[in-house]
Amino acid sequence: MTTLSVLIVDDELGMRLGAERSLLDYFFKLDKFDDEINFKTTLVENGNDAIKILAEKNTDIILLDYKLPDILGLDILNKIKTEKYDLLTIMITAYASLDVAISATKSGAFDFLAKPFTPEELRNTVKKAAEHIYLNRKASKLEEEKKKIRFQFISVLAHELKSPLSAVENYLLLMKDKISGDNISSYENMIGRSIKRIDGMRKLIIDLLDLTRLESGAKNRVFEELSIYEIVNDAVEGVMLTAKEKNITINFNCEKNFMFYAVKDEIEIIINNLLTNAVKYNKENGSVDLNIFTDNDNVRIVCKDTGIGMTKEETSRLFNEFVRIKNEKTKNILGSGLGLSILKRIINLYDGVINVDSEPDIGTTFDIILKKQ
Amino acid sequence: MSDNKKTILIVEDDIDFLEQTSLILKSGGYNVISASNEKDAEKIISNDKYDLAILDLMLDNDDSGFVLSHKIKKINKCIPVILVTAVTKETGFYFDSPNNKQSWIKADVILNKDIRYEQLKGEIERLLKGE
Repeated sequence: MTTLSVLIVDDELGMRLGAERSLLDYFFKLDKFDDEINFKTTLVENGNDAIKILAEKNTDIILLDYKLPDILGLDILNKIKTEKYDLLTIMITAYASLDVAISATKSGAFDFLAKPFTPEELRNTVKKAAEHIYLNRKASKLEEEKKKIRFQFISVLAHELKSPLSAVENYLLLMKDKISGDNISSYENMIGRSIKRIDGMRKLIIDLLDLTRLESGAKNRVFEELSIYEIVNDAVEGVMLTAKEKNITINFNCEKNFMFYAVKDEIEIIINNLLTNAVKYNKENGSVDLNIFTDNDNVRIVCKDTGIGMTKEETSRLFNEFVRIKNEKTKNILGSGLGLSILKRIINLYDGVINVDSEPDIGTTFDIILKKQ
Repeated sequence: MSDNKKTILIVEDDIDFLEQTSLILKSGGYNVISASNEKDAEKIISNDKYDLAILDLMLDNDDSGFVLSHKIKKINKCIPVILVTAVTKETGFYFDSPNNKQSWIKADVILNKDIRYEQLKGEIERLLKGE
């Protein structure tokens, strides 16, 4: 329940009490937001009292008589405008003339009520104003939240880019000082680490570009009939070298003539992402099973590894941006923290679903369905 | 190993920072022993001899450094502890000097990342002299 404050400004006592009576028991539902709105009222008989109440800044709607004993209703309207009070004004006039309407609207009045009016008319006008103010506030709150998220994203990103840079810079400074003597081979570890950190940084930038492209709306998406087998085959070749280092076996199962109508880059990113993760977070002598099959015209991709796995809590955080599961087992594995949020976004483009099943030290299975477009 | 060489314990999970700090301290004439997680650090704390400890605040937990520092001081309260943290930069939260208000922090010096190595070396020398 949201309660809005209505300030009723009129020099006739009967008017004030009548308006209050019409509003006090009145409420209406906002189905879209699963909320109800009702009202509380404050009554004043002249303009100066109205200005005092307005200055307290808790008025949402003002019912303002055009003719007041001390100052003009229009002057109050101007005051509301210059002070930028967050409220809506409904003007009450005895003689509904066009001139009055025009000048009040120019000064920022939201609506009119011409005396005499029925309780029904009053409620409808107030309801319209209440809906308007409610929606506006919801929208600006959302905008505020979006800004915050964007800001958070940028500051984490800056940090993620800065830390490899400082690591490499510090190695270079140490080398410049010849901290380990004149023999270049004493610097192998420093050089190796520097290359690794720069490589990680480049991958982050590539992921970031993918993400921005997906975010900026999927314009220029070029659909074509794709041979899934070829894409998988290329991707498997791509991770083979890393897999061999840890003696990891990669098995894949995919119909040779399986075609799917999709955007090539997107499918490549999905398959590459799954395979890279399955190898990267695997154990020595582990295995990766990638199965791809049709499921009522849709594609189903199941990638199962015998890797380090994750706890339930870790799995639940997996798709957030820049989330990298940090523990003893992953501390030497580099990653941008963006791979899976990219994956999820692409899957959404195909109205698909992704399920993750994981158990620590046993392995992880990603199960993806992409709908035929 | 000469007898007058002092030994410094570094506990840090950022392997690059650990590597770089070790190199600098070794070239400055110190012995270095290190750990990259809380558990390994605890083993060293209870079994090995060292003259000063440099601890990263956030390891396995957000307050690992405080916990380790507390344990070190419990065994030998004369061993100087330097806490290293990026918390101030990331959250704006400032730890006051332990000499003043924050007596619950059992550390002698708190340094904010990114650390200037000159400053770190200066602090180490000062603390080892017992100033």
